[in-house]
Amino acid sequence: MMNENKLVSSTLQLADSALILGQRNAAWCAHGPILEQDIAITNITLDLIGQARNFYQYAAKLMNEADNKNETEDTLAYFRNERDFKNYLICELPNGDWAQTILRQFFLSTFQSLLFEKMMQSSDTQLAAIATKSIKEIQYHLKWSSEWVIRLGDGTEESRNRILAAVDYLWMYTGEFFIPAAYEIFNAADLQQDWLHHVAIVFEEATIPFPAENQFMQTGGKTGMHTEHLGFIIAEMQSLQRAYPGAEW
Amino acid sequence: MNNNRQAHIYEILETISDPEIPVLSILDLGIVRDVICSNHDAIEIIITPTYSGCPAMDAIAFDIKLKLLEAGYQHITITYTLSPAWSTDWMSEAGKQKLKAYGIAPPQTLSSRINKMLFETEENIECPRCHSTNTQLLSTFGSTACKSLYQCIDCKEPFDYFKCH
Repeated sequence: MMNENKLVSSTLQLADSALILGQRNAAWCAHGPILEQDIAITNITLDLIGQARNFYQYAAKLMNEADNKNETEDTLAYFRNERDFKNYLICELPNGDWAQTILRQFFLSTFQSLLFEKMMQSSDTQLAAIATKSIKEIQYHLKWSSEWVIRLGDGTEESRNRILAAVDYLWMYTGEFFIPAAYEIFNAADLQQDWLHHVAIVFEEATIPFPAENQFMQTGGKTGMHTEHLGFIIAEMQSLQRAYPGAEW
Repeated sequence: MNNNRQAHIYEILETISDPEIPVLSILDLGIVRDVICSNHDAIEIIITPTYSGCPAMDAIAFDIKLKLLEAGYQHITITYTLSPAWSTDWMSEAGKQKLKAYGIAPPQTLSSRINKMLFETEENIECPRCHSTNTQLLSTFGSTACKSLYQCIDCKEPFDYFKCH
């Protein structure tokens, strides 16, 4: 039973992170800097929402089998409260400018590529299947966001200032990936060196100075302690289903 | 008897197209994993998504059910499976030809050989209009999850490329 709860919580953590970042990125729809990049960020959003759906469907199945509940992917996405969400804090931060959105995607895609490679070997066959399904999508996200970090860092004075400001703002939210919550079945702590290594390669190409070691890192998202931003996202995302439960297109 | 039934069901599935790329049947695309006919009249169709977030999957499942009901079948179950994960290597040769005739360049690299080097792009993608391979990537992400946007440098025509996955 203990293990079952851990599995459900871990699955929800993965689902919430994909959903909340998807919801954030989706706000770029029709606001991207140029048409092709508007389409790119919304395609990435679609992949993230797809990942979230797969994780939520699995979590719902586990919860229904264990406790005779009646959860669905929709009840989990639309009827849980802020404190129930387990997403990384970085996913819920505002989009800011294009540099901030790109850098966040790059940090998360780099992390996801490592975590999902590990998950593909999981003894849990459904999580392994979801990871295998998602990994090639993530590789496309990683390539695209890495190229943009380089383009901005090694671009104009304006683009460089913006990406440097994004590094300053976002860096303290990257430590959370590697600090395990009590329920997490995948220990991401041992992915940190690989993650730092991948980020350093891209930062060097982008001529972005690597942040100093041992900086203070924000935590709390994985255990439901969120920034003030999440409540607003959830209010907007859930309002229709809360007002008209079960409404469909 | 079951074999006949299965063959008939495959004929029906061949008439169901991907709503986003209507020239391709779901069999061409390689998303039908199995058709299981039990000794009673129950039928199970197992399908797998192309991309995690492919919005066409619900429409495809609905179409399958509808077409089979029209053909007189009942007790139809549609099961989604994620494993083994779909890849563009599963697209049939006939499917690739149909894509090309429709104006979308078919995937031409094995799924395992996707470029991962930064700023590297798939080259020599054949323009579906003038057949020149002098083409360039405009954007990795296109009008649907499965396509990239290319342009032919010779005839100037922009075109979709069904990207390797």
